[in-house]
Amino acid sequence: MKEIEAGRIAEVVGKLCQEANFELEDDVQEGLEKMFEEEESPAGKEVMRQILENSRIARTEKLPLCQDTGYLVVFAELGQDVHITGGGFEDAINEGVRNGYADGYLRKSILADPVRGGNTKDNTPAVIHLRLVPGDKLKLYIVPKGGGSENMSRIAMMKPADGVEGIKDFVVNGVREASGNPCPPIMVGVGIGGTFEMCAQLAKKALLRPVGSTHEDPFYDKLEKELLELVNRTGVGPAGLGGRCTAFAVHIETAPRHIASFPVAMNINCHSARHKYVEL
Amino acid sequence: MAEYSMETPLSKEDVEKLKAGDRVSLSGTIYTARDSAHERLVKLIEDGKDLPIPLEGQIIYYVGPAPTPPGRAIGSAGPTTSYRMDPYAPLLIEHGLAGMIGKGERSEPVVEAMKKHSAVYFAATGGAAALIAGSITSSEVVAYEDLGAEAIRKLEVKDFPVIVAQDCNGGNVYVEGQKKYAE
Repeated sequence: MKEIEAGRIAEVVGKLCQEANFELEDDVQEGLEKMFEEEESPAGKEVMRQILENSRIARTEKLPLCQDTGYLVVFAELGQDVHITGGGFEDAINEGVRNGYADGYLRKSILADPVRGGNTKDNTPAVIHLRLVPGDKLKLYIVPKGGGSENMSRIAMMKPADGVEGIKDFVVNGVREASGNPCPPIMVGVGIGGTFEMCAQLAKKALLRPVGSTHEDPFYDKLEKELLELVNRTGVGPAGLGGRCTAFAVHIETAPRHIASFPVAMNINCHSARHKYVEL
Repeated sequence: MAEYSMETPLSKEDVEKLKAGDRVSLSGTIYTARDSAHERLVKLIEDGKDLPIPLEGQIIYYVGPAPTPPGRAIGSAGPTTSYRMDPYAPLLIEHGLAGMIGKGERSEPVVEAMKKHSAVYFAATGGAAALIAGSITSSEVVAYEDLGAEAIRKLEVKDFPVIVAQDCNGGNVYVEGQKKYAE
């Protein structure tokens, strides 16, 4: 039985909340640099120049990439041979968020009640997706998720007969209608299968895969590439001002489905596709 | 596409010469407001009460900045998505608001108000928040401090970079720009 102190979890989460908001991961940075090179529209090229300059300033001056420092989403895999000591797991994560957001001058964007409002003033609670797995490690993905791109996400309970063409229409129409709102160039996470709630979670999980990596299943690898090409033909372009570079990645996550159901979800991430990973 | 440097407040002549796609460097005073502040401003107008900020010729920036780190004028401060302010914007335009800064397309009622009262909608680059903060020289909360990031701030800006997204003649950079590259 391995022991991990709750205080250690809080410390790591707090640090990663800040790092995620100040520094893009290399794969995302490289994806955006490629878009800058490839963009043909002058307005789009200028937007890409500003995005890269912004990334440089945020990294060197330790400023948030975006003023919307997100709802903090955590994907956690807890090994069943781990014993967390000195406090609760969820409390530890929220303690990390509280300290990380306060010390890092990150914006507090969470309203305690969805209808009646009231800012919690410390950006808690985090959204925590926990899986219990074999082993003695705790794996954490720290994902600050902005509201602008989250608002352009969608889910559909399609008919099984809609098939691959249905998926393509759903994604391409969704990106076209989102236009400049989610801060393109975007990353598109697509969930296919599972139940209603699981499908949405798959779409968010798809955003965690490194940009430029290939899907392990050749069928979905091909579909990802087709979707990326279709999305980049919409003309939406950087900031929606028109251009070739609308998305820098489309990632798919799948799960078995019920014979009657064909859920498809799309979770959009803005160009500040922020996430950090740690293993304890 | 033309390039302009403009000082706030904007005159009718300033607004009327701007065309979708033009680049503008803004300097002077602008005000911040987003969802909750708009709700309160509109309620005051409907109740016939005075507003905490002037509207005539002024520009409202849709932003909820990150907290200000020590030694800086403001934290990261990029635009938020504008359509959420669409239910409130026409009344503010009717009461003299000359410009708005945000990101993403505006709806028909806003466009109609912009045409009728000569107002302009500018876009700043969404997500370029650390870069944009560099053109803001001072920030002061002037109303609704209880709203935190959503409070109304008076900002002094110098060469704040925006593009004319939708002009007072119905010109729309999103529609025109995307049409060129759609296949």
